[in-house]
Amino acid sequence: MMNSILETGITDCHPASAPDFTPVSELRNLQLKRLKDVVMRAWQQVALFRSRMDDHGLAPQDIRSLEDIAELPFTVKSDLRDTYPFGLFASPMKDVVRLHVSSGTTGKPIVVAYTKEDVDVWTSVLVRCFAGCGLHRGDIIQIAYGYGLFTGGLGAHYGAEGLGATVVPTSVGHADRQIMLMKDFGVTAMCCTPTYFLHLIERAAELGVDMKELPLRAGVFGAEPWTESMRRHIEKTSSIEAFDIYGLSEIIGPGVGCECRRHDGLHIFEDHFYPEIVDPETGAPLPDGAEGELVLTTLSKQAMPMIRYRTRDITMLLPGKCECGRTLRRIGRIGRRSDDMLIIRGVNIFPSQVESALLQIEGTLPHYQILLTREQGLDQMEVQVEVTPQMFNDKIGALQGLHERLQGALDRVLGIRVRVALVEAYSIERSQGKAKRVIDRRTS
Amino acid sequence: MKIHQLSLFAENKPGHIAAPARLLAQEGIDIRALFLADTQQYGIVRMIVSDWQKAAGILEARGFVVKVTEVLAVEVPDRPGGLADVLATLDGTGINIEYMYAFPYVRGDQAILIFRFADPDTAIERLQTAGINLLASEELLKK
Repeated sequence: MMNSILETGITDCHPASAPDFTPVSELRNLQLKRLKDVVMRAWQQVALFRSRMDDHGLAPQDIRSLEDIAELPFTVKSDLRDTYPFGLFASPMKDVVRLHVSSGTTGKPIVVAYTKEDVDVWTSVLVRCFAGCGLHRGDIIQIAYGYGLFTGGLGAHYGAEGLGATVVPTSVGHADRQIMLMKDFGVTAMCCTPTYFLHLIERAAELGVDMKELPLRAGVFGAEPWTESMRRHIEKTSSIEAFDIYGLSEIIGPGVGCECRRHDGLHIFEDHFYPEIVDPETGAPLPDGAEGELVLTTLSKQAMPMIRYRTRDITMLLPGKCECGRTLRRIGRIGRRSDDMLIIRGVNIFPSQVESALLQIEGTLPHYQILLTREQGLDQMEVQVEVTPQMFNDKIGALQGLHERLQGALDRVLGIRVRVALVEAYSIERSQGKAKRVIDRRTS
Repeated sequence: MKIHQLSLFAENKPGHIAAPARLLAQEGIDIRALFLADTQQYGIVRMIVSDWQKAAGILEARGFVVKVTEVLAVEVPDRPGGLADVLATLDGTGINIEYMYAFPYVRGDQAILIFRFADPDTAIERLQTAGINLLASEELLKK
């Protein structure tokens, strides 16, 4: 295995990156073995997977090759909601060492679980992400993803520690303090959402801190889609190398895939996550190079295996090998989704959550519109609600009370602060009687 | 004794009072009093018009959210202390004024104030007992 690394002539490789260079045939054999194991585990331990396979007349023994994966039924986000909280767990709670929570499509969130082994795998893939970005022991990595129920902060934290780097766990927010620590500690790499880093760049300039003068040399940015033009802007204004990292809580969190220094797609850690691209309409498998929906199967997950999970992220498997020498296949950068999920400051939001919050207050659903803008590098969400005759009261205090109740319900359901605006009836434009739910004015 | 007042919801943006005003003008409806209560974001336009039923119908047909509320028109002597004396009759009665504004016409030496009370019937009784004149809508609307 070490030979393959040497053959590539890459000198900045971390020993932990060795699995990235596994010869393809060896990797496929490992994947097949793990696929059989995880399908067996899911079938034995999780009622939903077992009944789905039974319905398709499938038994775990029917998986004889990697191609056979296409026979297995898909798993979708609503399955996590419908089995809330613990219905998809394949391990008893005594073996679960961590729970994370992410937004569902309506009121209830989704829960994901990790055994000790799962946390170790998660840490190992993040170590490989960071190593692929050219980071190593001696680097000082500031983690400005949210810490807590969100997988971003703790996931990246474990990875950076596993790498042997020095970790500065700032979590998100308090831009001035982020910048002060970055400067005072000589931070060399930053982990956060790309839009938050844009905000830090702007704020640093206001504070008279020149990002280009800092020791900072890399940024590992994810949890939301971003573009090549954003990358150019970030690299130009801060003199760092910006990397795109991909992941989702349902699969493990950040670290499903990451760019290497070639910046030509994101390598998927295929020994743990098996990628497929399917037609988002029909679910039919698509060949490399064809754009479609990314479907992921966890190959080694213990607490919560996922079989053919529909990510709703639209991308493609890039044909050919990366110049870095990694044998791991790559996906193109995620540009859009096949559902209506919005990503606001790294948090997943569905318009249906907004509806359920509005329904809680008035019992009827007023016309509403979600307006997305970007201010100082941070996404802002405004929910405009048309005032109906049932809601209207001619006392200002009563309208302010309504405003506050709507605000409170949205804050609770979405978990992030949004603005609420009461607007006149029929002021939201309709086409064929239906209001356009989301206006996205964020520019990259 | 009770006067019908129309309230409209309006966003606090330029031109947002002009549209309903123009609609009513086209139908020959006279706006006799108008008062705006506003916040930074939105406001409530309160109006007393010559034909409230017709006006409400016109506005609702055009998509406005209209609320009809009952208010009282109270005659107040147009001199220093006139308002204070009227309010003094309500002291200690627990009668709650939700809002009030001045009607822009004066009859002789009397000014007219519009009150919205939480409980208008109790307020009518109290004010009349104190000898304060309440105007019926015909009186209020005649020029």
